[in-house]
Amino acid sequence: MPVIDLANPTRFLNVVNRVLPWLIAATLILFVIGLYRVMNAPDDYQQGATVKIMFLHVPAAWLGMFGWGLMSIAALGTLVWRHPLADVAGKAAAPIGAAFTFICLVTGSLWGRPTWGTYWVWDARLTSMLVLLLLYLGVLALYWTAEEPGRGARAAAVLSLVGAVNLPIIKFSVDWWNTLHQPASVFRMGGSSIDPALLTPLLIMALAFTLLFLTLHLAVMRNEILRRRVRSMRLLQAQKLVEASA
Amino acid sequence: MNLGPHADFIIAAYAVTIFVITALIAWVVLDYSAQRRILGDLEERSITRRSQRKS
Repeated sequence: MPVIDLANPTRFLNVVNRVLPWLIAATLILFVIGLYRVMNAPDDYQQGATVKIMFLHVPAAWLGMFGWGLMSIAALGTLVWRHPLADVAGKAAAPIGAAFTFICLVTGSLWGRPTWGTYWVWDARLTSMLVLLLLYLGVLALYWTAEEPGRGARAAAVLSLVGAVNLPIIKFSVDWWNTLHQPASVFRMGGSSIDPALLTPLLIMALAFTLLFLTLHLAVMRNEILRRRVRSMRLLQAQKLVEASA
Repeated sequence: MNLGPHADFIIAAYAVTIFVITALIAWVVLDYSAQRRILGDLEERSITRRSQRKS
């Protein structure tokens, strides 16, 4: 099937229904492997066992940012090509991205207390991540409160594009400002500074969480397409009632 | 597995993550079954979308 056929919601639903069971199975397998490696990973020489929080915190941070990146690309599809599936993709990514950003902030706070001595500090990395969560909540509010879905979609798409400015700020905040948060240690010039005994389980967990994100995203997109069908059928039902009473 | 003196923080981090992800999955599953049920009800009442109608 040509990729362009996926732009048709009915064909897209058929593909999603076929792909989802495989994605769920792959996600579960990766989580079993990842968690086994996490349980057997050595303690950090400085942080001790609290390094185990890294296996949740780092993938959640990446996926919080990935979700917004996805929404920004979908926003272009909504505003430039006005494709309904682009809006569905953007709307579906928002609650998932917000959930991962929330996990990132909470796990980071729980990691910060034993390692930094504080749950929270207003440094650039933490603050820009909090701003990302607030932006997610703003987009969700636009989607959920708009009376006319198209208007809400356009407003959310504009906010998604404007909010994308925050992504490089999050990424480079640790380089641009003096922060309590450590600088990049996985993807950086000269290779990762993390020992392979910790890096391997981290990458497996990151892959597992990414598959979970994609699985949930496709499932939420499917729900949203069905919701829009329900809406259009209810409008037709209302129209019939008006015509019958006229 | 010995989680050391900060076990509470590690357990809390994993508990929060499991709770949030479980809630997300539950919402997706419940929403899917709700939309399917509503669509089924509407189709039983012979309400079809324009694209489903035979010309």
